[in-house]
Amino acid sequence: MKLELQNADHGIDLLRQMILIRRFEEKCVELYAGQKIRGFLHVCIGEEAVAVGALGLLAADEAVVSTYREHGHALVRGIAPGAIMAELYGKREGCAGGRGGSMHLFDAATRFYGGNAIVGGGLPLALGLALADKMRGNARVTCCVIGEGAMAEGEFHETMNLAALWRLPLLVLCENNLYAMGTALAHEHAVDGVSRKADAYGIASDSVDGMDVLAVEGAARGALERVRSGTGPFLLECRTYRFRGHSMFDAELYRPKSEVEEWKARDPISQLAAGLESIGRSGEKLRAELELAADEVIGAAVEFAEAGQWEPVADLTRFVTSETS
Amino acid sequence: MNARKVTYREALREAMVEALRGDPRVFLMGEDVGAYGGCFAVSRGMLEEFGPERVRDTPLSESAFVGAGIGAALGGMRPIVEVMTCNFSLLAADQIVNTAATLLHMSGGQFSVPLVIRMATGGGKQLAAQHSHSLEGWYAHVPGIRVLVPATLQDARGMMAGALECPDPVLIFEHQTLYNREGELAEDAGAVAIHGAKIQRPGRDLTIVAYGAGLWKSLAAAEALAAEGIDAEVIDLRVLRPLDDATIVESVARTHRVLIVDEGWRSGGIAAEIGMRIMEQAFYQLDRPVARLCGVEVPIPYAPQLEHAALPQVEGILEIARELIHGHE
Repeated sequence: MKLELQNADHGIDLLRQMILIRRFEEKCVELYAGQKIRGFLHVCIGEEAVAVGALGLLAADEAVVSTYREHGHALVRGIAPGAIMAELYGKREGCAGGRGGSMHLFDAATRFYGGNAIVGGGLPLALGLALADKMRGNARVTCCVIGEGAMAEGEFHETMNLAALWRLPLLVLCENNLYAMGTALAHEHAVDGVSRKADAYGIASDSVDGMDVLAVEGAARGALERVRSGTGPFLLECRTYRFRGHSMFDAELYRPKSEVEEWKARDPISQLAAGLESIGRSGEKLRAELELAADEVIGAAVEFAEAGQWEPVADLTRFVTSETS
Repeated sequence: MNARKVTYREALREAMVEALRGDPRVFLMGEDVGAYGGCFAVSRGMLEEFGPERVRDTPLSESAFVGAGIGAALGGMRPIVEVMTCNFSLLAADQIVNTAATLLHMSGGQFSVPLVIRMATGGGKQLAAQHSHSLEGWYAHVPGIRVLVPATLQDARGMMAGALECPDPVLIFEHQTLYNREGELAEDAGAVAIHGAKIQRPGRDLTIVAYGAGLWKSLAAAEALAAEGIDAEVIDLRVLRPLDDATIVESVARTHRVLIVDEGWRSGGIAAEIGMRIMEQAFYQLDRPVARLCGVEVPIPYAPQLEHAALPQVEGILEIARELIHGHE
């Protein structure tokens, strides 16, 4: 990693956030094995640099529409770890009241609009949020996170066209992890270089090494400046990789172990730790300290979730429609 | 009270114009709503008054512009999205069913979706199998959305205000054969409730439950039945979700005979749901089995005699009504 840190403290903060996500999700996997977390669980282990590098740059009032692999996004956006963990437990104290689970984290306070388990389904919603901002004169960005799998959906193309046509302040952040569940990119896209799809819509785009948090941050900063300047949407592709299976039910028959190992050698956390080492900070020592600190936060989150309550079954039909209607 | 002649189309337009004038958050978007004036000319003239930002033409991207309506609603706007026909709404069904209808519940009550979606429904204009179906019953299956089926000028004029005030997604189905329907509307006609059925014609001998274009066929049949000495009560459902069980059950308790008229397909349709609710709540009031007249289970054909035969008609209503009164002859 070519480290271009303005200051070491910023690098340490990025490392802290990536480690928090990593440890949080490692704990999730453990809790899943212990049947504390049920349903589908998709972890982003290996992809942390995208969430931290890109979403960390959004202003507090800017919106995020995410995918079903969104724990990292939610943590970076500032949803309390306890509220996320309680949601994974299905407890009332969860950030969606236990109604959504892992795939459907929501939080009005941080303008986090899910957690969407329909691939590509969040794009039109993000388009509408950006439209509302434009119509109301709010100078802020909506960021829609997608995987490269979503780029095969009609919603992607419809949304790109409309976002460009209406010059909406939309950042489409693509986590290209090379597989749509178990289908390799070469089997899902007729052309390689998925960011080129933006060209068809006259949308500016960039493609960046998604294992390098500083590179992601640099590219996202440029993308956001552009979107905020009112010139319309931007597509930022981050080339990344998930070290674990698609979900907890994945036998990983579709990719060679050697490929996983190659990508693990580019672990974004190790890379940044090494980068800090190169400017005179003890990367490994830092890492150990930050892991300890993360584990404390996560331990508290687990305690919070454990202590949480189950929503009474009598409330099952609450919020099907608004209570004021 | 002064009245004037208006069409169903004009009543819908008046309601939208009023809404856009009264609330800067309200805007209309959909295919050909602007320069073209609306596929069924409902929004004609609105682009001139409100401009392209608020009467917003969209490309042929049903999923994206319906979803954008959801997002805009979440972002503080009050969008009215027009989908040309309910057949095309299937291209946006994911956004409607998986997002608009689920978001409030799935987010633990955090995100309501105050979105209004209008669409044309139904057959009778020889538009064949991809422009003529009645899918309102499908949508009425889905918790989280409200389904309105205005049949009268009063409802065409008055339901929009309530729909826009509703914090949840509202789908409005406008039967294609009603747009040109003309009648008298009070000068000061305004908002009406978006819940509850309405007895459009009181009667003693038989209840006919109908909605949309079926209401007018049922009222015509009731007039013919009156000449035969049969006094039919006709209920306009007005809202398919939530259904107004009370009005139906109360009527059946008085007439003891009921026919449901529904242009949708018979199997698994809204008529089946209504029939079952009557069985649950008024079984011992029935003198005859619940009857229904539905669309024949075919894709609606183009040829006029076939299309006519595929849809509920006045003759069919009369035949079943007579049988309910007199038994098999």
